[in-house]
Amino acid sequence: MARRSTPEVNAGSMADIAFLLLIFFLVTTTIEKDKGIARQLPPIEDVEDPPIIKQKNLFIVNVNRSDQLLVEEQLMDVKDLRQAAIDFIDNGGAPAGSPEHCSYCKGKRAPDSSDNPDKAVISVQNDRLTSYKMYITVQNELVAAYNFLRDRESERKFGWKFTEVKKSIDEGSFNGDEEKMLEKLEEIQKLIPLKLSEAEPKKSGE
Amino acid sequence: MSKFKKKKGGEIPAVNTASLPDIVFMLLFFFMVVTVLREDNLLVRQKIPQADQVEKLKKDRSVFIYAGKPSQRYQGQYGTEAKIQIGDKYTDIKALRAALIQMRAELLPDLQSRVMVALKVDEDTNTGLITDIKQELRELEMYKIIYITSPINQSEQ
Repeated sequence: MARRSTPEVNAGSMADIAFLLLIFFLVTTTIEKDKGIARQLPPIEDVEDPPIIKQKNLFIVNVNRSDQLLVEEQLMDVKDLRQAAIDFIDNGGAPAGSPEHCSYCKGKRAPDSSDNPDKAVISVQNDRLTSYKMYITVQNELVAAYNFLRDRESERKFGWKFTEVKKSIDEGSFNGDEEKMLEKLEEIQKLIPLKLSEAEPKKSGE
Repeated sequence: MSKFKKKKGGEIPAVNTASLPDIVFMLLFFFMVVTVLREDNLLVRQKIPQADQVEKLKKDRSVFIYAGKPSQRYQGQYGTEAKIQIGDKYTDIKALRAALIQMRAELLPDLQSRVMVALKVDEDTNTGLITDIKQELRELEMYKIIYITSPINQSEQ
């Protein structure tokens, strides 16, 4: 029996396999990217007479050195902070007919809480010995409260979620008129402006 | 004799290497996509706090500041007090400004005014240190900051 020579392996499909693998890895690997909570620091300037904020428009969050939370003079658990902040911003306490009246607020309209989201200021006061972990957790909860309200407003006005659209624009995966969308995002941001102030931290024990 | 001759004729053909470039390119692309360039050698412990209300960081216009306790192998030398790291070395709070100005100068000229400072801080650090850093940043008119966080691990909750 004469042995026939081995036929050459057909390598024509090798490229296809290579591309298949390439696409598989492209799809499955997630590139680690840094994400975080963005903040704008206030410029240093000597304000002659700082605007007076009414006590009722101020939501004071105090964090002490052992990471305990004091919200409006009351001890609070961190998991309740989000809802408390939402209630405060969304209160809409200004009476109907006054220029400050908030037509879209769905809160309790308590007269001793904030007038409208534009007036409402959340002030965070940390101790110098507060842990960074707690600091970020508090910031995260407060941003979450704002995002919740922005989502609600954008859904009511335009039928989509603020955070989702913003995310898709940030990632560049948004298809459609970006300019127009950014305008709408700004409109929502005006309705629910992020007003977070940070007081100078106290030295421990003061 | 004829037996041998036949064998010679039936040699195994060489493996076709025409697709080798494809494979090499594939690997190249793969690694290009996956690798994240590590610019700084970390000198401080980094256990990043978790958060979910996050935004993306624009890498091209950012300056990193690391803070936290010195890593295990440096603790003998530098103690366990939280320290600031910029670039490849520890920086004192007083030297922070000079270091930041230098870092900013290394960015693209048209991005320098829109610089974003990324704070990568260990979760055990005291907020006081962060406040000091922020005060320096305000004086340098670098107002945009981002606290780098890690995604919340659902199973831990």
